[in-house]
Amino acid sequence: MLKLLEHLGQYFIMMKKVMSKPEKFKVFWKQLLLEIEKAGLNSIGIVLFISFFVGGVVSIQTAINMSNPLLPKYLVGLASRDSLILEFAPTMLSLILAGKVGSSIASELGSMRVSEQIDALEIMGVNSASFLILPKIIATIFFFPFLVIISMGIGMVGAWIGGLSVDVTTADFLSGLKYEFNPFYVTYSLIKTVVFAFIIASVSSYFGYFTKGGSIAVGKSSTKAVVSSSILILVFNFILTNLLLA
Amino acid sequence: MIEIKNIEKHFGDNHVLKDITHKFEQGKTNLIIGESGSGKTTLLKILVGLYKNDNGSVFFDGIDVNKMKRKEEKALHQEVGMLFQGGALYDYMTVEENIMFPLTMFTEKTEEEKLERVNFCLNRVNLKGENDLMPSELSGGMKKRVAIARAIVMQPKYLFCDEPNSGLDPKTSILIDNLIQEITKEYNITTIVNTHDMNSVMEIGEHIAYINKGEIWWTGSKEDLIKSENKELNDFVFASELFKRIKNV
Repeated sequence: MLKLLEHLGQYFIMMKKVMSKPEKFKVFWKQLLLEIEKAGLNSIGIVLFISFFVGGVVSIQTAINMSNPLLPKYLVGLASRDSLILEFAPTMLSLILAGKVGSSIASELGSMRVSEQIDALEIMGVNSASFLILPKIIATIFFFPFLVIISMGIGMVGAWIGGLSVDVTTADFLSGLKYEFNPFYVTYSLIKTVVFAFIIASVSSYFGYFTKGGSIAVGKSSTKAVVSSSILILVFNFILTNLLLA
Repeated sequence: MIEIKNIEKHFGDNHVLKDITHKFEQGKTNLIIGESGSGKTTLLKILVGLYKNDNGSVFFDGIDVNKMKRKEEKALHQEVGMLFQGGALYDYMTVEENIMFPLTMFTEKTEEEKLERVNFCLNRVNLKGENDLMPSELSGGMKKRVAIARAIVMQPKYLFCDEPNSGLDPKTSILIDNLIQEITKEYNITTIVNTHDMNSVMEIGEHIAYINKGEIWWTGSKEDLIKSENKELNDFVFASELFKRIKNV
């Protein structure tokens, strides 16, 4: 418990340093673009791949479990839409990105720490926390919602193709997609994504930034970053769902 | 000149630095020598501001660092150059970008002016034309030289070097040592070198402080070192057969 409080205290002290005005906006902008490329653009491929296949599997499983002839076929489209928008795109994708982006952030900062690159910044008089972490947080908060929207779209394409393979017609599927659509579900999904993006970037940065030791410590930081981010994503998923949907 | 008075530092129950008082002279290569774990790296980190001392004061040209305002502290940071053990070059930047970084962060120089200064520093460390190489493409010695170029690009008044020769062959070590000494004389700066390499001590040791168990046990020049009768110092410095023979000549 004491250790947890120590981590929390250190995390908030770090975040106070992070949330300060950048020394030079030109340099900050360059760092931000670099982070958008690393955390966002480089994740598009995996997002497309996973979303397409998960979408397909969701629709096939829904269709198989609705063998009762009284249940209309368009429910496959409806169930796929809601599963993808409400849960898969924001939450599952964030868990996957916690693994990909979170571990990358933690190992990058951890390596910089053990090779004294962060010390070199501090000695120059640069606020290293703000210089290194703020662009990562802004890049993920800005770009993850786009990834989630892409995931929703591609997931539905996958669901449509999956549906075709179990005799759900395109007309039935599209009718299900449009049936009683609640636009707030997308807003809810994007709100969750922004919170999860913040968790992934800040928690992973925390573990990377305070790495102590050598290359083994970098690996440990990376693991801790992924595990902690994932746990926090699940906890906040529960809290946000209660607050926004219940 | 840098002066430290009654510096103390603890890490938990471990009393790492015990009441250290010393002066590091301007225009000279000041060496801190001592065994691993003697406290020399902690002292260097206190001097550059990476660690806070528990007691005592650090004076840069007579001004107490602990009493400096934030703005003054920031200005001081720009007068400090540091050469790290592994170079600490930014992996994702080229040699040119690494050296240019402090200029971009803290000056309003134009791109041409910055490039001119970078090329001057690269030339100074004999790496003319290597601007576009990445740190991963450099040898250990080249990394150190780029790190020196980055350390001097802002024309510092104080230069700190942490184990500048670690991992280098004897020839490259001498080259780095000589470069540090030349720069010290050329710009009349206060240079502090943290080392346990006895070749370096004999090459550039103008003003040496020997730290043992967190205390300064001995100070003097390299000439005094050879004549010294301090047992602990002799056991440390003349540990190898070669240096024992030098002492006995």
